[in-house]
Amino acid sequence: MDFLLKPWPWFVSGPLIAIVLLLLLYFGTTFGMSSNLRTLCTISGAGKYSDFFKFDWKAQRWNLTIVLGAILGGFIATHFLSDGTTIKLNPETISDLALMNFTQVGDTLLPNEIYGWEAVLSLKGMSILLIGGFLVGFGSRYAGGCTSGHAISGLSNLQLPSLIAVIGFFIGGLLMTHFILPLLF
Amino acid sequence: MKFVKFFFVGIFFGIILTKSEAVSWYRIYEMFKFQSFHMYGIIGSAVLMSVCGIFLIKKFKLKSIAGRAIVVPSKEKSFTRYILGGTIFGLGWALAGACPGPMFILLGAGIYPILIVILAAMAGTFVYGLIRHKLPH
Repeated sequence: MDFLLKPWPWFVSGPLIAIVLLLLLYFGTTFGMSSNLRTLCTISGAGKYSDFFKFDWKAQRWNLTIVLGAILGGFIATHFLSDGTTIKLNPETISDLALMNFTQVGDTLLPNEIYGWEAVLSLKGMSILLIGGFLVGFGSRYAGGCTSGHAISGLSNLQLPSLIAVIGFFIGGLLMTHFILPLLF
Repeated sequence: MKFVKFFFVGIFFGIILTKSEAVSWYRIYEMFKFQSFHMYGIIGSAVLMSVCGIFLIKKFKLKSIAGRAIVVPSKEKSFTRYILGGTIFGLGWALAGACPGPMFILLGAGIYPILIVILAAMAGTFVYGLIRHKLPH
């Protein structure tokens, strides 16, 4: 059972994600996580401001249930299925991040420089989380899907729009990683 | 009771993404730096296996649990919305290091500042809903 506690290699994780997608198809639904953000807006009363949020959110309860499960899954994985192994990043990645003054790279899931309380409670850190989250929410709805809806479901169904969206993900991601992050850190 | 299976799929999903480290900001950074095959391997093998699965579903006209034909919906044809929306999404993904699935998984993993990202993502979705008629699709 020791292998369960170690980080799972890509060739185990990838096929398991495919099983998630195929199970959801078998259940008569689809795999797409960003739709839940829209549903949460509707539940919060966004329908008063835009027709975009006027839909029967109860029809999306299955997807919200997945979210609840995913939260519990994150809890179980970190508390019961982890031996505290650090993330084995490429040494180049670590030295690139060190140049941006990131410390203890890979010791935790997320960098303290962004998600540690000290960073979060600073103007810069708070702005990073707010802007990052905003762009993810805005962009995924504009593009009609996120990593699960386009990069996994859409590409698997050989959808050209999803390929265009994934190319967009990379344009944005490369711009941020190579040009904007070095200005921020 | 009909939601129980979705709850278990969610747990399974949360465990996979945590154990594969796909929820890690570092792994996203490393991916966009092209310094590791890890994320490409995860997404690539997930897609490859799903392509085969969907092919078989269509070929054998497999039925869903409710006995209906399984249809995988097609995405509406366009270029502008996908390239622009995708780019905006990518900027946020590489900055916050979390997309809409991992956001919730990280909350369960005890990373409470992620709540700020979740609320901001809801705000982003809300603003899209407000101004979508003014955007090129």
